[in-house]
Amino acid sequence: MYELIIIGAGPAGITASIYAARKRMNFITIAKDIGGQAALSSDIENYTGYQYITGAELSKKFEEHAREFNIVLKFEEVLKIEKLNGDFRVITNNGSYDSRSLIIASGAKPRTLNVPGEKEFKNRGVTYCATCDAPLFSDKDVAVVGGGNSGLDATLQLMRIAKKVYLIEAAPVLKGDAAMREKIEGSDRVTILTSTKVLEILGEKFVAGMLVEREGKRKVLDVQGIFIEIGYTPNLDFANGLLKVNDRKEIIIDEHCRTNVEGIFAAGDVTNVPQKQIIVAAGEGAKAALSAHEYVQKLKK
Amino acid sequence: MGETKSIVKVYTTPTCPYCTMAKNFLRENGVEFIEKNVANDRAAAVEMVEKSGQMGVPVLDINGEIIVGFNRDAIKKALNIR
Repeated sequence: MYELIIIGAGPAGITASIYAARKRMNFITIAKDIGGQAALSSDIENYTGYQYITGAELSKKFEEHAREFNIVLKFEEVLKIEKLNGDFRVITNNGSYDSRSLIIASGAKPRTLNVPGEKEFKNRGVTYCATCDAPLFSDKDVAVVGGGNSGLDATLQLMRIAKKVYLIEAAPVLKGDAAMREKIEGSDRVTILTSTKVLEILGEKFVAGMLVEREGKRKVLDVQGIFIEIGYTPNLDFANGLLKVNDRKEIIIDEHCRTNVEGIFAAGDVTNVPQKQIIVAAGEGAKAALSAHEYVQKLKK
Repeated sequence: MGETKSIVKVYTTPTCPYCTMAKNFLRENGVEFIEKNVANDRAAAVEMVEKSGQMGVPVLDINGEIIVGFNRDAIKKALNIR
């Protein structure tokens, strides 16, 4: 029986692990990868202490910091968490582990459009990681779906290498930062289509087009690449109904990172804390570990 | 008879974090590999798509076995790493 199991090894999970290690708690950390979404950021310029660092470098730093404290990291996928009287059981693809308390820091994953063709053509022209896959679409016609900051960021990357970029937004205006919008609006390679809905992704082996609807008219865009950037949704399938969530499916926590279940804490992008920032997630991870430590100490009395 | 050495190719783009993770993982396990940057090597990009039937990076070719994405368990299995 562990005192604590931390699920996730992004900024929140790693910071929680460091704090738990310094409190000499008997704990393990379970995650698929180190770094979480932070690892996928291209340029980070707002993490205190670094004027500039890439996501990959920051993840490496996280890993080194965790190794320094001999944190036991299990690279497994959590399938389910269960309540056992006052304790908890975490079931992974590789076994099961029991603990007095839990910190859920499992982060978020890209939201999907849920249109026909999206699943079939994933990695066959449909991608959720512009940072990773943009270079494969040089001299091709592509579409970016989503006019928020991540969509604009993808468009900026693609307009340097692709032949033509369609930027699709369902709302009447682009929502991202003005600085990025101005650069995009000035490019003759980009066609901005607002008030436009994606209906279907078309192709045979690979993406060959996208069916969209604008002002009641349907039209097929001839594109070979589709970059979907419409926000994130929490990674919480394993918690199935155990935890109280809001309408965005984020775990509702209080100022001590406590959830509605006593003994379960949560931190980072999986929670209802609105600022989805690396440094915020890290800070929340620290809070969750301190709260979990206090909770376990009380149980011992 | 000596051990046969694995031939490992990693198809990458310079900006892809999972490519960096995959390369670090191979290095940590002392595995030599050939890196093919599909961002500026068109032939390598075509080769990768043909081999894997898809366009996501990284792709690993371990003695002909194709692994898409950074999948620790699959890499370990293909290379007999415990």
